[in-house]
Amino acid sequence: MDLSKLTAHELTVKIDKGEITPADIVQSLKERIKGADAKNKAYVRIPDALEAQVETGKADSALRGVPVSIKDNICTKGYNTECCSKILCGFKPPYDATVIRKLKEAGATIFPAKTNMDEFAFGSSTENSCYGPTRNPWDPDTVPGGSSGGSASAVASDEAIMALGSDTGGSIRQPASFCGVVGLKPTYGRVSRYGLIAFASSLDQIGPLTKDVRDSAILMNAISGHDPLDSTSVDIAVPDYTRALEGGAKGVKIGIPGEYFAQGLDKEVKAIVEEAINKLRQLGAEDAQVSLPNSQYAIPVYYIVATAEASSNLARFDGVQYGFRKADPKAALIDMYKGTRREGFGDEAKRRIILGTFALSHGYYDAYYLRALKVRTLIKNDFDRVFSEFDCVVTPTSPTVAFKIGEKAADPLAMYLSDICTISANLAGIPAISIPCGFTRKGLPVGLQILAKPFNEELLFRLAYAYEQGTDWHKMKPKL
Amino acid sequence: MAINEDTVKYVAHLARIDLSPKELEKLSHELKEILEFIDRLTKVDIKDIAPTSHILPVNNVLREDNPAASLPSDRALDNAPKRQGSFFAVPKVIE
Repeated sequence: MDLSKLTAHELTVKIDKGEITPADIVQSLKERIKGADAKNKAYVRIPDALEAQVETGKADSALRGVPVSIKDNICTKGYNTECCSKILCGFKPPYDATVIRKLKEAGATIFPAKTNMDEFAFGSSTENSCYGPTRNPWDPDTVPGGSSGGSASAVASDEAIMALGSDTGGSIRQPASFCGVVGLKPTYGRVSRYGLIAFASSLDQIGPLTKDVRDSAILMNAISGHDPLDSTSVDIAVPDYTRALEGGAKGVKIGIPGEYFAQGLDKEVKAIVEEAINKLRQLGAEDAQVSLPNSQYAIPVYYIVATAEASSNLARFDGVQYGFRKADPKAALIDMYKGTRREGFGDEAKRRIILGTFALSHGYYDAYYLRALKVRTLIKNDFDRVFSEFDCVVTPTSPTVAFKIGEKAADPLAMYLSDICTISANLAGIPAISIPCGFTRKGLPVGLQILAKPFNEELLFRLAYAYEQGTDWHKMKPKL
Repeated sequence: MAINEDTVKYVAHLARIDLSPKELEKLSHELKEILEFIDRLTKVDIKDIAPTSHILPVNNVLREDNPAASLPSDRALDNAPKRQGSFFAVPKVIE
């Protein structure tokens, strides 16, 4: 039997019955990858990884040795972690990220191949990787979304059982939507960022990409919680998220923000999302129109705040401590820095570092950075107001389905606009999930996004699970 | 607000990135377009609005100052592109 097709909760039942072992699952995945990844390219540095001796988790643990695939920006001791950037090539972290430590403690197997991503998570298509683009298994001419496109594509194509990604402006949810899988961005502070190579520290969160909602809850149980090594992680008790699943949709108050259904939203996507909202209504949820008027400013605010933070975080890549160095025996120190960063960073990384440096530089700080932080307050206030009356907000995850590879590569602004539905959750720090809710006539998946109050992931799981149980979208598999 | 090639060149220097003349030209054009888009923020009334640099009501996180094991220097140097003994080696800084 091909174990790669199963979910973690299905595999744990088989392990408990003694039918399979954790090593069998790893073997199944390796075979699946050998068959599918030459086309899909969800993973990077595959040959090394497939030869690696895999230390499997224990069968009597919470995660029963189920393998979890890890995005290339999360530090794994002993396995390369390069953010799919030339400037970090060859980097082997001397420590595990806290999420990796927690996964090991919960008995997961850390899968040795890392998933592809836009360089330093800068992008919405996984085209900005030094290893080349990942394909969308539903249509190999289209992108899987990004920046966690490798994780999403791997889960959708059964090259992974479950995966971790990171989400700074939609980098888990948008690829989950494009690939027809479940993706969750936790509340800021719910999951430790220690060992996540920083992009924008006030926005980044690690989260799960899974085949269904139950697996998402299982993975969140394992990775959530306070960590003394990340002072922005919050010391609030972690509930058992799987217990929230059966709560049902009855009586849940849903706000539908008109701003997310306005111009730019693909007609087919709109109809599919409206049908999903109708389904939630049939399941007993109560919906009403709401307004998030400052959403229109989310993208400009984001591209100031995120690039400013990135320009500071990426200052550490200078050819001294790790990764690539432009070697020129005659170069002075400053020229070594400049040459290393010129050759080590890709185009989008340079664009963002320079934009962020500009926004923080003398004479422009008040006009750009400080102004953006103030508008960020207004975006957060919008959500606070809506959540005083509603349990959650429901929107499309992305205004379109997966676009063609190369379609937006030459137009940075068009690429930035594809994050329009997801960015606000990062700016407001709130949790949000994307679940599959249908397919267009061309057979591409559409995602439904649910957003809730800070630290109310349970409500997301409850509503998402109720919807999933009432539909079959999560059972659809791409033909590879 | 206009951004020109001179500004981009200066900012690239601050960011310690060499740009080829072609990159400089392309980037100046792209950043101009992006900043024109971002300039819609000037329409927002931000009078009396406090900035949000951190989303959670958490500040001054303190802990006990307990000594713990640190990374051995050999391990910290494992990834260095160039090392000399127990140091990171860089081009000469002082003549």
